[in-house]
Parts: sequence; structure tokens; C-alpha cells
Amino acid sequence: MAKLRQAAIYGKGGIGKSTTTQNLVAALAEAGKKVMIVGCDPKADSTRLILHSKAQTSVMSLAAEAGSVEDLELEDVMSIGFGGVKCVESGGPEPGVGCAGRGVITAINFLEEEGAYDEDLDFVFYDVLGDVVCGGFAMPIRENKAQEIYIVCSGEMMAMYAANNIAKGIVKYANSGSVRLAGLICNSRKTDREDELIMALAAKLGTQMIHFVPRDNAVQHAEIRRMTVIEFDPTHKQADEYRALARKIVDNKLFVIPTPLEMEELEDLLMEFGIMEVEDESIVGKTAAELAATAA
Amino acid sequence: MAALTREETEALIQEVLEVYPEKARKDRAKHIMVNDVSLESSKKCITSNRKSLPGVMTMRGCAYAGSKGVVWGPIKDMISISHGPIGCGQYARGGRRNYYVGTTGIDSFCEINFTSDFQEKDIVFGGDKKLAKLISEIEMLFPLNKGISIQSECPVGLIGDDIEAVAKKAAVEIGKPVVPVRCEGFRGVSQSLGHHIANDSVRDWILSNRDGQAFEKTPYDVAILGDYNIGGDAWASRILLEEMGLRVVAQWSGDGTLAEMENTPNVKLNLLHCYRSMNYISRHMEEKYGIPWMEYNFFGPTKIAESLRAIAAHFDDHIKEGAERVIAKYTPLMNEVIAKYKPRLQGKKVMLYVGGLRPRHVVGAYEDLGMEVVGTGYEFAHNDDYDRTIKEMGDATLIYDDATGHELDEFVKAMKPDLIGSGIKEKYVFHKMGVPFRQLHSWDYSGPYHGYDGFAIFARDMDLTLNNPCWGLLKAPWSKAAQEEQKLVA
Repeated sequence: MAKLRQAAIYGKGGIGKSTTTQNLVAALAEAGKKVMIVGCDPKADSTRLILHSKAQTSVMSLAAEAGSVEDLELEDVMSIGFGGVKCVESGGPEPGVGCAGRGVITAINFLEEEGAYDEDLDFVFYDVLGDVVCGGFAMPIRENKAQEIYIVCSGEMMAMYAANNIAKGIVKYANSGSVRLAGLICNSRKTDREDELIMALAAKLGTQMIHFVPRDNAVQHAEIRRMTVIEFDPTHKQADEYRALARKIVDNKLFVIPTPLEMEELEDLLMEFGIMEVEDESIVGKTAAELAATAA
Repeated sequence: MAALTREETEALIQEVLEVYPEKARKDRAKHIMVNDVSLESSKKCITSNRKSLPGVMTMRGCAYAGSKGVVWGPIKDMISISHGPIGCGQYARGGRRNYYVGTTGIDSFCEINFTSDFQEKDIVFGGDKKLAKLISEIEMLFPLNKGISIQSECPVGLIGDDIEAVAKKAAVEIGKPVVPVRCEGFRGVSQSLGHHIANDSVRDWILSNRDGQAFEKTPYDVAILGDYNIGGDAWASRILLEEMGLRVVAQWSGDGTLAEMENTPNVKLNLLHCYRSMNYISRHMEEKYGIPWMEYNFFGPTKIAESLRAIAAHFDDHIKEGAERVIAKYTPLMNEVIAKYKPRLQGKKVMLYVGGLRPRHVVGAYEDLGMEVVGTGYEFAHNDDYDRTIKEMGDATLIYDDATGHELDEFVKAMKPDLIGSGIKEKYVFHKMGVPFRQLHSWDYSGPYHGYDGFAIFARDMDLTLNNPCWGLLKAPWSKAAQEEQKLVA
């Protein structure tokens, strides 16, 4: 029996982390792997495609109902979905109140104490809120949690900024623990030379682009039905893409402490690929009127 | 005359600081001075109100302690909610011995811990709803409360609970003041910021509530500010003011009420005992209502007489005569107290390390008993406190700011005072060193120490402590030193 592998999926908000994670997990389950998903986002939308539900009842909302998290049992918070995938959502407050980060910490501690990480599991995937805004959202990469981090990104500028920032966060915890960057997953937005760009970024970060997931409407068609592509239309070519990603992750051996880029270095890369214009320093801080005067 | 010469004191400071790493040594050196009575300002010789160093044993409290524990807590007919996890409220409950007249749980609430008792879910989902519920439950269970203050503990600031919104809504619902206080413990460097925040919240939510309402004034109306009635201090002070013909409209905040605070803008003069914790509101009332304020000192007959005359100087002859009458009435009693205790205490050396006003205010009381304060310092003073302290202390005495455990231990070992006056955190360390010790925060379950009545108790307590035979029995009977002493006796 292979050792349990724990992986966390990070990336800019809206990049497709939850969709990618669930399709990937579905592919792993199809291949006979025992997998658990832990949603670490107060929106609690990390398991809906596996469970065909709107939003799974989360650890924190159940804890609030019961009085405290100590009053919960594992079976209260865990649901089983497609392919036997175990699903848990940490949950948290609505926007603007309380502390979502603490919710993640509480939920993950609860899962550990209750023995959710049982020996039959092959993989645990943490699907984490887009921006690592505080310590709570770094919980999955602290010691004895996820050892492999996958960053979902695309060829868009902000997605790459975010990926680089997440790499910086990994460095912080990598030096004191066993967490490693395991690769970039390019979730295509059909920008120009996207694959080359992400490969170049991966190389600079010292990692790999583990897979290029092309854009395909089949993903949306499945999502409307709250299903993964693997389950909705297993013969579709997009399903094979996720299977390929799953296989690569199973076989992945490249776990590195990343080498994040300096801001200038990153901007140079973006300029090289024509994503960012060469900056004209002479116009910085000038009002429209001043520029008109200069032009005249 | 100081216990040590200026040079010896300077050498002692150097020696005590020697053990620190260089950066810490440099920092701590700025917080310790040898007194020079000729100085006008303390600015050049002592640094204060700065962050304590990590790793040292500081004796300081936090902003919550300053607001809930000091300023708001003693107001007897208001309820202070400790908003956050349970510990802050529980350990800040009734520890300061703020006496009050009233029926606890009916019309007075100082000794009860009201807390929102945060759990994980309150952190994650916010404590607003719980707070609103708590306020309505309080109103139902304790209908005679006159108002509520919400004292923020650390997590409230971290998760951004909107206590102001809850307070505004609840105030309308219960028809009483509900005051949100942002005194999260992590703010500022000590309890001092908590005093300031508490003063500001009184200013913003309480002080002007009765502006424009009818109030029967007299020309002799005063308020006592910064007396927390520890062991009954404010009572022993109030009777003197009343005996000299003044009318005390309000006591802030020991044995104080919401109505008294709301009526304070009507007084002629604000009398400020603890400058550190209530100078802010005094200055505000001066600015907004034109009420002058003055500091006074009711420790020991010398300072009391000085203060009574200084207070009377703000009023007409009727009050001035009253002050002289009060002084004349009590002087024989004080002379008796001094005649009894001075021979037993004469020439004894005292070291102090306390909070807001006592490191300088009690110096005169010790001097009345023939004792000498050789070292003093504050946990959370600012430089305006040290400006005032320089004048009270003898030349070449030692003054320390935010002293550490190590520094206090070593200063005591070197200066060998006969008595130490400090707090509960210091007490047992010095007991174990065999040095007589009195708590000067809580008066060691005694008091009052303010006023003429208080001085009699103060003198007795110092004698009881200093001349207690227990100090000679501290060596274990099997120790060599004790056996040798035993032989000498035999």
C-alpha cells in the first residue's frame, strides 16, 4: 500500500482551481485511486461536481449548529461522491464577517483529530481559496499537511503574478518543512503562445508545466449538470486531458523548492511574450494636461 | 540623602545592564536614570511609553486592562461586557478592589464577569449576533443597569467585528447608552493606551448626554477624577472635600455612576488624582466646557494639606477657611499617628515600582513617617509623569521605566531597601528574598490609604509589614547560617 500523498491546489481566484481539481480527482478515482477532497474556501464549492450538489454542508456550519466542532463526528461532515471520492468542505462565514482563515484551520485540525486521513487513501487534495490572504489559507501547506503544491494558472498576466506570489509562500514553508512545488497546471485561456509562456515561467520557478489543459466547452456542459467531464461524457477528448493530467501527477517525481522571480524578472518575461508593453517611464505621474503640453 | 551616591548609582545601573545583549542593553539604558532634582524636563534622561523588549519579564498589562480594568470597570451601575474569549474577563474580575455601595447583581455590577465567551465558531462566523443577544439578555436579567460598555478583547479587532453597529442598534432597543470600546489588548505598548481609548469613548458616548438639561448648580461643585476607590480611597478623599464646603458631583470612576459622569460637565473644577489615566478627559472638558482641572495628592498629611490649600485657592474665602478648618481638625490626629509610627520607621529605605500615580504620590507619605524612597518607577508612564517625579524624589535616587524582573531583583539586592512597594507579580519574589513587601496597587487587602483616615491605615500597615518578626525566621533551621544564629542566641 503506497504512502498517502497530500496535494494542495492553489491559483488566482476564478482560474478554474475547483473545476480542474474535481475533474482531476474524478480521473484518479476512475483509475482506481482512493481520493479525498478538502475544500478550503468559505464558498464551499469545491465538491459540487463530485457530489452533484449546490454546496456541501461544511464543517464550520455544522459546528456552528451543534455548538462547537468537538460535538461533530466525521461522518457528519464527510460525503461520498462519484467514484467513491470522499468530500469535505471546511466552510466559513459570509463575506465581511468573522475569520475564514480560522475556519480552515479549525476544519483541518478536526479532520486530523478524527482520523479522516485513513490508511486506505491514496490522495488528499486541498482546494484552497485563490489568494493566500492570511495564515489560515496557508494551513494546508504547513508541516505534515500537503507536501505537493500544484498551481493552476493561465497565460494571463495576473494569473502569472499570482502563481509567482504563491511560489514565494511555498518557499517560506519549504525551508522549515517538507512542502514542495510540484508543477504548474496551465488551464488554457487561449492566449498567444500560452504553453511556451507557462513553460518558460515554470523553468524560471525551477519546476515544470505538468500539463496543458486546453479550453473546451465540454467542461461547461458538464458543470451545468454539476458533473465532471469524466462522469458526464467519459468518451470526450477533454476527459482524456484530465486523465493525462492524473497520470502525470501519479508519476510525478519533480518536487522542488521554487525560485520565485523578482518583479522585474517577471515583467521582462511578460514583455518578451508581448503580454506587457515596455513601460514608458517618462509618462509616470504625468496628468493628461501635462502630457498634452509636452506633446505640443 | 540617597542610599547611594550619584556615581555608585550610575555604576549599579551599568552593572545590572551588563548581562543583556548589546541592543537590549542600549535600549534599557535609556529607561533608567539617576535623579537630578535640578532638571526641568525628563526628556533627555529617560525614555518611556515604548514597546517592551522581547525576552524580558515586563510587568505591564494591555489596553484591555487599562480600559476595562481601570477606567470602565469601577462604574458601578453600568455593565462592562468583556467581548471575546472568557479569560480576559475572568482574570480582570474584581481584582482591583474597587469598593462600591450597592447591591451586587441588582443595581451594581462591578464584581460580575459579563463575557461573550468566544468559541471557535464565533471567531469564524463573527461575534456580532452573540453580542446583540448578550445585550438583550443582560437587559432582561439585570433591568436596573444604567448602560453597557463593550470592552474589546484581541480577537474582536482581528476578525473585525462591527461592535459599533451592534452598540447603536442595541442602544435604541434598550433605551440606554451602549458604548463600544476598541481596547483590543494588542494595541499600544501597555495599559496606558487603554486608558486613553477609554477616556475617548467616555467623551464620545457619555459625556455630552445631558448637555442642555437642567442641573441645579452651586458655586462649589467639583468632580473627583482618577480615583478608583481602591479599598475605599475615594470615600476617604470625598469627606475632606465635603468638610471644607465643596460639593462632590461625581467620582470617576470608583463607586461612580453613569449619572455622575453625565453631570460632570456642570462642575466648577475637576480634581485629578491619577493624572495618567484621566488627564485626557480632563483636558477635553477644559476645552469643550471651559472647566479647569488640577492635580492633587491625598497621600500623607503634608501633601494633603498642600493639596487642600491648592484646591481652596480656586474658590472663595468660605472654602479657604474650610480648608484651614479641616487641616486644623486633623493635624492633631496625624501628629498622634506620626508620634506612634515614626520612631519605628524612621530612616528606613523604600523602593517602589507601581503604575499610574503612586510612584510619585506616595513619596510624601513615606517622608511624613521619616522614611526615604530611594528608587521608584512606573510600568506605563509617559514623560510628563517623569517630569513630575523628578521633583518628588531625592537627588541621586534611582528611577526606572518599565523595569524588568532582572533589573528589579538586582536593584533590590544592591540597594537593600527595608521595604518594597509594588504589585502582586513582584510580591512573592521579594518575599522569598526576605524583603518586607506591600502591594501598592491593591493595598494588600487593606486601605483606604487616601486622605487623613487613609494615612493612619497606611502608617499602621507599613509598620506591620516592616517590623513583622517573620522576616527574621526565613532561614531554614537546618541551614548553617540559622544554626550559627541559634548558637549565638543560646
